[in-house]
Amino acid sequence: MSAISYREALRLALDEALAKDERVFLMGEDVGKYGGTYAVSKGLLEKYGPERVRDTPLSELGFVGAGIGAALGGMRPIVEVMTVNFSLLALDQIVNTAALLRHMSGGQFSVPLVVRMATGAGRQLAAQHSHSLEGWYGHIPGIKIVAPATVGDARGMLGAALADPDPVLVFEYPALFETKGELSAEAIDIASSKVRRQGSKVTLVTYGGCLPKALKAAEEVDGEVIDLRVLRPLDLAPVIESVKKTRRAVVVDEGWRSGGLAAEVMARIMEQAFYELDAPVARVCSEEVPMPYAKHLEEAALPQPEKIVAAVKGLYA
Amino acid sequence: MKVPPPPSGKVGLPAELSLALLADMLRIRRMEEKCAELYSEGKIRGFLHLYIGEEAVAAGAMRALAPEDNVIATYREHGHALLRGVSMDAIMAEMYGKREGCSGGRGGSMHLFDAAARFYGGNAIVGGGLPLAAGLALAAKLQKDKRVTACFFGEGAVAEGAFHESMNLAQLWQLPVAYLCENNLYAMGTALERSESQTDLCAKAASYGMATLKVDGMDVAAVHETAQRAREYAAKKGPIFVELQTYRFRAHSMFDPELYRDKAEIEQWKTRGPIHTFTARLKAQKQLTEERFLELDGAAQAEVDKAVAFAEAGTWEPAEDLTKDVYTPA
Repeated sequence: MSAISYREALRLALDEALAKDERVFLMGEDVGKYGGTYAVSKGLLEKYGPERVRDTPLSELGFVGAGIGAALGGMRPIVEVMTVNFSLLALDQIVNTAALLRHMSGGQFSVPLVVRMATGAGRQLAAQHSHSLEGWYGHIPGIKIVAPATVGDARGMLGAALADPDPVLVFEYPALFETKGELSAEAIDIASSKVRRQGSKVTLVTYGGCLPKALKAAEEVDGEVIDLRVLRPLDLAPVIESVKKTRRAVVVDEGWRSGGLAAEVMARIMEQAFYELDAPVARVCSEEVPMPYAKHLEEAALPQPEKIVAAVKGLYA
Repeated sequence: MKVPPPPSGKVGLPAELSLALLADMLRIRRMEEKCAELYSEGKIRGFLHLYIGEEAVAAGAMRALAPEDNVIATYREHGHALLRGVSMDAIMAEMYGKREGCSGGRGGSMHLFDAAARFYGGNAIVGGGLPLAAGLALAAKLQKDKRVTACFFGEGAVAEGAFHESMNLAQLWQLPVAYLCENNLYAMGTALERSESQTDLCAKAASYGMATLKVDGMDVAAVHETAQRAREYAAKKGPIFVELQTYRFRAHSMFDPELYRDKAEIEQWKTRGPIHTFTARLKAQKQLTEERFLELDGAAQAEVDKAVAFAEAGTWEPAEDLTKDVYTPA
């Protein structure tokens, strides 16, 4: 198979999902006529029509709630919220309804809803389009959080999310849209983390837009890179296995440091592998500042390969 | 606000239907009076929002719906659940927090659910059910189902963005949904004119191009006729908004000292009480005798006694099962 881009993989996944199941429909702001803010859904309106590729008004709360209702009513909606920052307008429906309904109803109503959104920085989109809040969503029981970082996951995770009976939030990374890779025939799950590079000196735990940065840093420090892929529920078994071998770990997370996902991963490593460690677990997160516009400042705010290398060296100092 | 005169005049419904509506209202009233008692005894805890005074709305509307329709309600939904077909046993057990409750003890008073009755809750976020109703209606439309979605909510919800977004979506997409606004004049303790620049609720829906109806929510016969029209409209034409003007006789919840309204106002509204005014009208037109009334009331009371016994005999879910319904088992 020839190489395709992350963006093309996302589009292929949507196309396959719409073709495969009549109950699937896509709705969101500018998914149809405009072709998707990031051109992910380009061409799908022409192929599937306005009932199944449905443009919505700018009503994140309304159409995410309608997605929940449609899921309850027997459909398999894919709701696109342009960016994670905008998803905050729909937070009530995601957190107070989608995540709670099954438990609150004593197991009577599952919500087979998929919500997709762009997240993360790297394109100079400034503070209201660049934050990385997926770890924040990972706090909430009742939803699943997935973060495709490879072309294979960009293509495969959507189908797995649609097959899941519970709400799944899919976070897509504009910083990765132009990256290319090969698709494989391997089945994609939304339950496990994966080793993306073997190494012996340190375990680098990351996900999403930071994966290429961790891989780059790993070249320099002989790191083993683990892609979490799924932020809720977390699968740390491969991380613990790796730490037993490397005896050191750095968590690389584009979210802010305080109260973030990196802290959760570090705590679990401490709980499960404290005596395997030769150094405290370290982390590289975004600086605690709203994302700035200027390129050099944006770069300074984000985790970078050099910062990861420095953190690893700190463990050997 | 000037309190209108009590509902009066001839009830034009078939006698049998009128008696059924009366029985429905009595079932809610007796159940909730018992709930208040059980709350004082500590058998029911949490928030308990009573519907007493507003029964004509749920009674009149629910009998206008078809079995295949979807129903969404708020945290003041005991009556809606009951008349939609959730057993009083299961409702009472839920209030007790027992496993036999209609939400397995996970929901309580504010979160009654029943998949078989297509009763989607029990939503305690004001306005939270409105987008959901639009989505259920969208699913029905896409699947070419004949079902209508009926969404009950209070007038407090019209201040929420969810209301406006839902009105727009429903009208834009011509969804088969009836938005039934129970206007009891107070959002908790805030009177309508203290919170809304536009107090004509139908005007708000109409501004989205939506069809509207307004009815005296204390008159069960009028509610029923209006709800039938609304259901038919939603099924054949598109979304519709109905304002049902009603009044809550009890406090907002069991914790409310009612500092925000006069006792005299409550007493005046009680003269419009949906049960006694309807009873008097049916008696006046010789469709109801005192004996028949006592029979209906006795049956409601017996149902309550049975439900309490059921709830008392219910069991507690083992705490080991705490997390079993967070995700769907594989």
